[in-house]
Amino acid sequence: MKFRVFLGFIAPSMFLMLVFIAFPLVSVFIQSFYTTTTVYENVEVESCTPGFGTTTCITETVAQPLKDENGDLVTETSFVGLESYKNILRLEEAFSDFSWSSLMAIDFWKALRFTLVFTLVTLPLAIGLGLLIALAVNNFTQRLRGQIIFISLLPFIITPVIGALSIRWLFIGDGILTAFLEWWLEMDIAMFAQAWTIELMMMFYRVWHVAPFAFVVFYAGLQTVNNDTLESAVIDGANRFERLRYVIIPHLMPLIVFISLIHLMDSYRVFEEIVGFSSQSYVISLQWLTYEFLTLDESGTRSIERASANSMMTMIGIVIILIPLLQKTWRDHKARIL
Amino acid sequence: MRKFVAAAFAVLMLAPGSLWAACAYDNQTEIKSFSAGFQAWKSVTDAMAECGNFQAVLDQEFDQKHVEAFSANPSLYHIGGVANSSLVPLLNNDLIRPLDDLVAKYGSHLSDAQLIRKDGKIVAIAMMVNAKHLMYRQDIFEELGIAEPKNYDDVLAVAEALKQAGVVEYPMGATWKAGSNIGLSFIDYFLGEGGTFINDDNTPNINNEMGMAVLERMGKLKEYMDPEILVSDSTYVQQQFQQGKIAMANLWATRAGAMDNPDESTVVGKVAMASAAKGAVRPASTLWWDGIVIAANISDEEAEAAFQVAMEGMDTEMVQANNSDAIWLIEGYAPGRFSAGASATAANGALPYPASVPMGILFNVLGSGLPAFITGEKDAATTLADIETEYLVAAREEGLIQ
Repeated sequence: MKFRVFLGFIAPSMFLMLVFIAFPLVSVFIQSFYTTTTVYENVEVESCTPGFGTTTCITETVAQPLKDENGDLVTETSFVGLESYKNILRLEEAFSDFSWSSLMAIDFWKALRFTLVFTLVTLPLAIGLGLLIALAVNNFTQRLRGQIIFISLLPFIITPVIGALSIRWLFIGDGILTAFLEWWLEMDIAMFAQAWTIELMMMFYRVWHVAPFAFVVFYAGLQTVNNDTLESAVIDGANRFERLRYVIIPHLMPLIVFISLIHLMDSYRVFEEIVGFSSQSYVISLQWLTYEFLTLDESGTRSIERASANSMMTMIGIVIILIPLLQKTWRDHKARIL
Repeated sequence: MRKFVAAAFAVLMLAPGSLWAACAYDNQTEIKSFSAGFQAWKSVTDAMAECGNFQAVLDQEFDQKHVEAFSANPSLYHIGGVANSSLVPLLNNDLIRPLDDLVAKYGSHLSDAQLIRKDGKIVAIAMMVNAKHLMYRQDIFEELGIAEPKNYDDVLAVAEALKQAGVVEYPMGATWKAGSNIGLSFIDYFLGEGGTFINDDNTPNINNEMGMAVLERMGKLKEYMDPEILVSDSTYVQQQFQQGKIAMANLWATRAGAMDNPDESTVVGKVAMASAAKGAVRPASTLWWDGIVIAANISDEEAEAAFQVAMEGMDTEMVQANNSDAIWLIEGYAPGRFSAGASATAANGALPYPASVPMGILFNVLGSGLPAFITGEKDAATTLADIETEYLVAAREEGLIQ
């Protein structure tokens, strides 16, 4: 293909990627080094509140934003360097006595801990379960395959927040599954009263939700396994496990890498589970932290600065976690060219 | 089929005419309102809609969106439904207009308690008040010979007695869900002790003995509550009451009616409404009001039409039809069993929520910082110190302190 033709094909998507991905990223990056403050003055105001039949008026000193002659708020934007990063990382306190509890007392590190554990634990489970379903379906009689595929795809079709909420309602308070467990184990169970049970439910939910995607990809991959190789393996005396280990898995390896890449990127941005399970008092994730910084408080203020810094830290985290897999893909790619 | 469609169409065409009957006049200007979504707002906006050409958006995430919506020029909505807290950003950004002229023209019937003034100018018209107050199971209390708790020592003693008796699953409920629920509960307790939250230089005033005392008490109360207390919001507490799982809780007056709803409740007529228990100084509760404001970024004609529609929605007729939805400030309201608790709380001297910009920030960091204490992750001193740090960072970013 001529370079000009190639350019013609990818130019539209390059343009869209620049506008919707690259520019916002750069803008967030720049924003994380600046802070915009409103100028306040303390004034005495009288405010009246209705009571029950009476009105109470109080005069108090309140901070009120200063306005210019046009009635707009006076704001000041200044370069603060790494100040916002310091504010979220809080390095001195986090590493003051090198104890786990003082590290976990700071939101960013607490969120990072959960995000990493969540990502790394669900990765092998999702891939393993996906592969298991794919193998099972592949060995099923032709007649029932369609129905089985349809049923195993269902969790993937459900909107993430809805799926998380439905699992939450099964367990919260005396939800039916909690009630069942209590009856079965004859003990009082509160699934939402400690961090580890919530984390367990979140991971269970994520694996349940993404395994169908892995399954579909692996199932497609299984259709292309070379039957001659499999038959010769059988003749060589390889049992079922050995065929899986030495023929099928190497054949599926590029797909496993692909799914790992997607899964790492997706689950590092874990957010729906926090909302769905309302787990924020026990467990938070990096994305949740960004969201919390962006949420308006009662009086209409939010922290764009720390939200930007936190987003950049999340970006950096994803890049770091993807490096080993990207390295592997690059090596394979080069080996194929040579 | 075509006949059916025609008939349905005819009914639709006729319907507005019959609905308008409840409104004194026929509104010609397109009016939109934006407010929170609880039942009282539904009743009021339904009554406004009777005047025609009116569209209401009810949204429980109201205070996340109202500043943007009213900043547009022209404003996306004409009428806004605010509470004492959500009024602050609208006022600070000059997004609502003074109502003195309109009140003089169309609002002669409004009582003085309804007129919310800031610096002498009327900025909002209140329609209802709300407060958290004590609700308790009268039947259980009588059976066990327990008196109504007046202060928090009583509350702890009663909780212990209920625990010993073992008649309910948990002696107490509370709106301690992580976030604004638990943040406001702390504010209630701290006000009850007689505290003030913000110093004159906008620094916080909670990391002190009083703050420690409040947290210590919360730690004691926790022992008598559902272990899942950090997901417990107003609806959760209401349901626990209705299902007979708890025997007392501080809960919103607007939830009182649900206790006697025979479709949901197993404790109809058994829940007593009383004043919020006192801290050292006053009842541990805050008074809130809800009411309407009129956008600044609309034409004067639209503002006039909007105000007229709002007055129609907030009239005596509406109150009489929806008496139990809220504690209305509007003429025609008949106080009853469900408003007794809130009235007693106010009579005992509870203060209004002290809305301001620094208070908004403190409210927010309290809501996200307190759960760590309840879960036992941090002790009281660390919790307060961390909340103070979070406040200082946010206040510095906002420009409140240098």
